[in-house]
Amino acid sequence: MPHGIELGGIDYVILVVYFLFVLGIGVALRRQTKTSEDFFLSGRSIPAWIAGLAFLSANLGAQEMIGMAASGAKYGIATSHFYWVGAIPAMVFVGVFMMPFYYGSRARSVPEYLKLRFDEKTRTFNAVSFATMTVFSSGISMYALAKLLELLLGWDFNFSLWVSALIVLVYIYLGGLTSAIYNEVLQFFLIVLGFAPLVYLGLRDVGGWDGLVAKLDVVATANGYAPGAWSHSWANMGSASANPMGVEWFGMAMGLGFVLSFGYWCTDFLVVQRAMAAHSMAAARRTPLIAAVPKMLFPFLIIVPGMIAIGLTYAGSDFALPKMADGSWNYTMVIPQMLAHYFPPGILGLGLTALMASFMSGMAGNVTAFNTVWTYDIYQSHIKKDATDAHLLWVGRMTTVFGILASVGTAYLATQFNNIMDFLQLVFAFVNAPLFATFLLGMFWRRATGHAAFFGLVLGTAAAALHHGLTLPAGAPVGIKGGWLMAPPLHAYSSEMAQNFWTAIWAFCVCFVATIAISFLTRQQKTHADLVGLVYSLTARPREEHLAWWKTPEGLGALVLALAIALNVVFW
Amino acid sequence: MGLDIRTPIGLMFGIFGVLLTGYGLATNGSPIYERSLGNNINLEWGVVLLLFGGVMLWLGRVKRAGPRSS
Repeated sequence: MPHGIELGGIDYVILVVYFLFVLGIGVALRRQTKTSEDFFLSGRSIPAWIAGLAFLSANLGAQEMIGMAASGAKYGIATSHFYWVGAIPAMVFVGVFMMPFYYGSRARSVPEYLKLRFDEKTRTFNAVSFATMTVFSSGISMYALAKLLELLLGWDFNFSLWVSALIVLVYIYLGGLTSAIYNEVLQFFLIVLGFAPLVYLGLRDVGGWDGLVAKLDVVATANGYAPGAWSHSWANMGSASANPMGVEWFGMAMGLGFVLSFGYWCTDFLVVQRAMAAHSMAAARRTPLIAAVPKMLFPFLIIVPGMIAIGLTYAGSDFALPKMADGSWNYTMVIPQMLAHYFPPGILGLGLTALMASFMSGMAGNVTAFNTVWTYDIYQSHIKKDATDAHLLWVGRMTTVFGILASVGTAYLATQFNNIMDFLQLVFAFVNAPLFATFLLGMFWRRATGHAAFFGLVLGTAAAALHHGLTLPAGAPVGIKGGWLMAPPLHAYSSEMAQNFWTAIWAFCVCFVATIAISFLTRQQKTHADLVGLVYSLTARPREEHLAWWKTPEGLGALVLALAIALNVVFW
Repeated sequence: MGLDIRTPIGLMFGIFGVLLTGYGLATNGSPIYERSLGNNINLEWGVVLLLFGGVMLWLGRVKRAGPRSS
């Protein structure tokens, strides 16, 4: 168990100041929120840099912070593949190639794009699974926050849960998406400025970068890998058994880099919504590209602390990670343990506030996306088709209350039935895995039909479940980890991560092939006129000739990719 | 938009900067800084936050008069 943290008066003052600002932003924006477009899409008025930082911050929930630091300790610098191979190319792709259709079609949500491009059933399938998923992820995130505060500070679980829920509720209820976006920008700076001193102190303690690499060599050899397994991102990816992730380079590049990352960053409404709120096409396209720059530096902020923590632990310093009941390291305690170890009162309040900020930004991202999908894609399209705008605004506000209450309910459910949560996350993973194939074909192949999109998705989801049922990670028990269809399983993967990547690859391929095949067997219901603005070959390229080359999405995208490649090479 | 987000960001970090710098000065030499490897991290980081807050406030004022960046 970690040492509890004693907070001083100064730490509470910092926390309270933060809460006041977060709520104040909601209050200040209240009067500007007059129409449903204001509430759900910020009236499409947000400048690119604000949308970009919100794009990044909405995804930066605390599970990301805690989880990536944990992976940094468990797998070393290879964790940065989630950024330099995963996120960055996908963010460039969505900005350069997909945003013209999302923004240009004037769709108000990602499911609504599916309705315009395909049909109602494809939209509803996506809307329902997405809405359910956002409520559950925001609930799980709240549960994690309240548990952590209980463990670290001895705060009452119910108190933390309700207070954080109430604050997010108030600022979204008042100012809608603008309020969420503005707070996400504030939270972004808080996260950076709250964690940077932790990295600074940690690096000094471990003896700088060279000291860190030397200590990580000890970690690698102690775990039976070649020295450097923790400090090189690609050098040991030749075979799955040579690196602690248990993944080989093809599964990494294809599964994570292509299917999973493109699936998330290009189709998840939680992030795409931030770009849709931008004030112009040029700003919308630049949103993910601007987000990509700080995104590729985030490994130094959240993965490096994990590497420092495991390095110091093996070196027998006075910093040590706690152990779990079964004797393995409790990797999720990296950030909390380091905060407690290095931060004196004062800056401790800042670090803790940054942690709270990351929970809130992740939760607000989920709630605002849920609001919009529920109101536009479910309520307006199935329940009350002739709703007035004022009515939709009211529904949006009520949905905020309902969504947050449902999240709180989910958080309590998580305290009772952890297995249900694991099971649901697995189901969502199956539903999401094939999604990118549908969007890719929808945007770049005008022959793709509505029936094909729908049944392609269903078959892709089934393929994901089938693959999961037939395979098992080495050493895992049959059940939630896989292998429930066949004993012994058809194939054993060297790690759970490898199995996840290959589940995604299979789901994508099945959906891709099935959508093409069914498109040829069914008639295209949409006319050319219907598809203008929705499909690549029928849409005029957005022209941005008045901008300097490095300000155009293509130029900026190329710069971002070059930087990401450079990082891959430097940390090879 | 009526509210320039740089202003509240600048204000909040400015307040954090004042709080940390003040607390750092008041506790200079205290054993609490053994944790931060002997650095008075509150004072050092407080100054950084003050600078950051100041820049944000300044940008919020300058840009308000100028054209909207696209």
